[in-house]
Amino acid sequence: MFQFRKSLTVAAVATTAMIGFSGQASAMDCGEINLGSAISLTGKYATNGIHAKNGYEFAIKKIKEAGGVKVGDKCYNFKVTYYDDESKGDRGATLAERLINQDKIQYMLGPYSSGLTKAIAPVTEKYKIPMVEAEGASRSLFNKGYKYLFAVLSTSEQYLASAVALAAEMAEKNGQKSSDVKVAVAVENDPFSLDIRAGVLDDAKKFGMKVVIDEKLPRDLSDMSAILTKVKLLKPDVLIVSGHSKGAATAVRQIGEMKINAPMVAVTHCEAADVTGKFGKTANDILCSTQWAETLSYKDPIFGTAAEYEKEFKATYSEYAEKKVPYQTAQASAAVYVYKDAFERAGSMDKEKVRDAISATELDTFYGKIKFSEAGNNLAKPMVLRQIQDGKYNVVAPSAFASHKLNWPRKAE
Amino acid sequence: MDQVLGNIDLLFQFPVVNVKILMDGLMIGALFAVAAYGLALVWGVMNVKNLAQGDFVIAGGYVSWWLAQKGLPPLLGVPIAFIVLWGVGWVLYKLVISRVIGRDLFTSLLATFGIAIMIAQILNLIFGSDTQSIKLPYDTLYFFDGFVDVPIAKLIGVIMAATLATGVVVFMKKSRMGQAIRATAQDPRAARVMGIDTEKVYAFTFSLNSAICGAAGAIIVMVWLIQPFYGITYSIRSFVIVTAAGLGNLPGVIAAGLGIGALEQYGAHIFGIGYQQAVAVLLLLLVLLVRLAQQRRNRQVLQ
Repeated sequence: MFQFRKSLTVAAVATTAMIGFSGQASAMDCGEINLGSAISLTGKYATNGIHAKNGYEFAIKKIKEAGGVKVGDKCYNFKVTYYDDESKGDRGATLAERLINQDKIQYMLGPYSSGLTKAIAPVTEKYKIPMVEAEGASRSLFNKGYKYLFAVLSTSEQYLASAVALAAEMAEKNGQKSSDVKVAVAVENDPFSLDIRAGVLDDAKKFGMKVVIDEKLPRDLSDMSAILTKVKLLKPDVLIVSGHSKGAATAVRQIGEMKINAPMVAVTHCEAADVTGKFGKTANDILCSTQWAETLSYKDPIFGTAAEYEKEFKATYSEYAEKKVPYQTAQASAAVYVYKDAFERAGSMDKEKVRDAISATELDTFYGKIKFSEAGNNLAKPMVLRQIQDGKYNVVAPSAFASHKLNWPRKAE
Repeated sequence: MDQVLGNIDLLFQFPVVNVKILMDGLMIGALFAVAAYGLALVWGVMNVKNLAQGDFVIAGGYVSWWLAQKGLPPLLGVPIAFIVLWGVGWVLYKLVISRVIGRDLFTSLLATFGIAIMIAQILNLIFGSDTQSIKLPYDTLYFFDGFVDVPIAKLIGVIMAATLATGVVVFMKKSRMGQAIRATAQDPRAARVMGIDTEKVYAFTFSLNSAICGAAGAIIVMVWLIQPFYGITYSIRSFVIVTAAGLGNLPGVIAAGLGIGALEQYGAHIFGIGYQQAVAVLLLLLVLLVRLAQQRRNRQVLQ
């Protein structure tokens, strides 16, 4: 009730202001563009859901400080209505219906995880509501012919495929053939990790490599010694593990305990699992894939460079002061930026025009280049591989952005 | 299929793998056995099938992890988790369980299922959904050319689990309360007639169970890792073990716990780690079938 009254007052003030100084747009009398998002504030995705929400809010604040979104001769600020989807797909879909039907939201920001995005995308598609999402990487989102779904991040089959290319490169450097490389893959049995597996297997096949281990991890993994025992016996040249943060934590812990000395180990979700903090030296020389790193040389006029983004974000959200700003946050901010850019180019509040403007996006951001394919995924930004060197994450691939040299072979601690 | 055959082949090609698998299996099994023993207690004494068993385990893990974050030595977390979860168990008994004892099976299942969801979500709200673990500053022992690894942390965990189990057994055999619990399990009405305060016995049993689980969780967080929603895996295994061993059969519970631990590891090796839990559930099915067949034979004899 209080909120309602407050917004009434704000509206009244805004109207008076507009009558009073017609045409004189200043930050004070900017209108509002309402965005909506069902996001995981509780449940198993809560940690990353909150990272994403903070990313959205930070971007909104930065855009406001930079004068808001200019559509025609008016200015607007974003405002997001959030609902908690409890990390459940059916809940997410219901909430999306509610945002669109009851709250009359015309533009959506994505939820967290591929699974939730998959649940919500059919709803937004049905009502022809554009959704720019930043946290759903599964490639199966982009073969359904969705017209209103756009993703700023790289799709998941690219996550660890570069590790395979890197292994081939190292083999050739050491006088072997790339087809001699043996690959071991252990991924969780969920859409996201299966995409990663598909990308790795595709690339391994391209090089003619042999896949010696190909296993699926259970959802509630806390012990993978069975797989690591096989790694010891079959001696693969590269070990690929993807199982969200539990996969990363279990793998790093047991690789240390069992003294696994595969020359290359590549994992997803290292930062989320805080492997350096939890396992110290054991985590050294492990490769981690990431969508974004603050050391990359990208920049834009709103957020500045990647490094500046990190610094300012930490200053705004003190709970991140002690840790790294996760890429989940950066890409969420980038999604809001895409909306700003699209509204300004569309020069209109018409939903279809905005949709077409999003589709035509060609934007350099602190998060990387954004240019959507016909299917709605972003093909302009590469995945980055970082290696943990003395407890620090250093970019080692792709070589165009590499700040450090790869330690190879990995030394077992 | 090729992969399965290849994996079986590995077992014969490298016999030492068997040692490794058995070692891992027994170490996990020891902890399953502890949690299952608590369940057998509650099930046997109060006829409450506690679906929140695994969530007590995880809650104990978080108590210990939180204390370790505050700088306390992690090993101290085990007794503290025991005490804290004792309190949690007592409160839950007074609030919920005392109202469902003596009701039908469905009521107690629903009530404990509700508790399970509550605990998991509360842990998630307080600690977040990230996986957590404590890394103990101990070395790892290696045998067979470094092929079989035994982290000293795991060894300590197993020893603590064994101590806990022994302690509970001795307590049940020797102490007055233990005797009262066993009497209540046999016949609550007769026990009441004999002057045993069964209400107190029930409260004690339920608290003891959650305390045992809490201690098990505090050990698990040092050896593997925990996450607010991992409770269910420990619940399932506890049920499998108790069903396989039968109520009130302590040596059976321990044997079944160790056995399931080892079998799961073999299952994971041969069929892939994704089927690890399937092995446990398959075993439950087999046990139920055998039990059914046994009962039928008995009935025929009686007729």
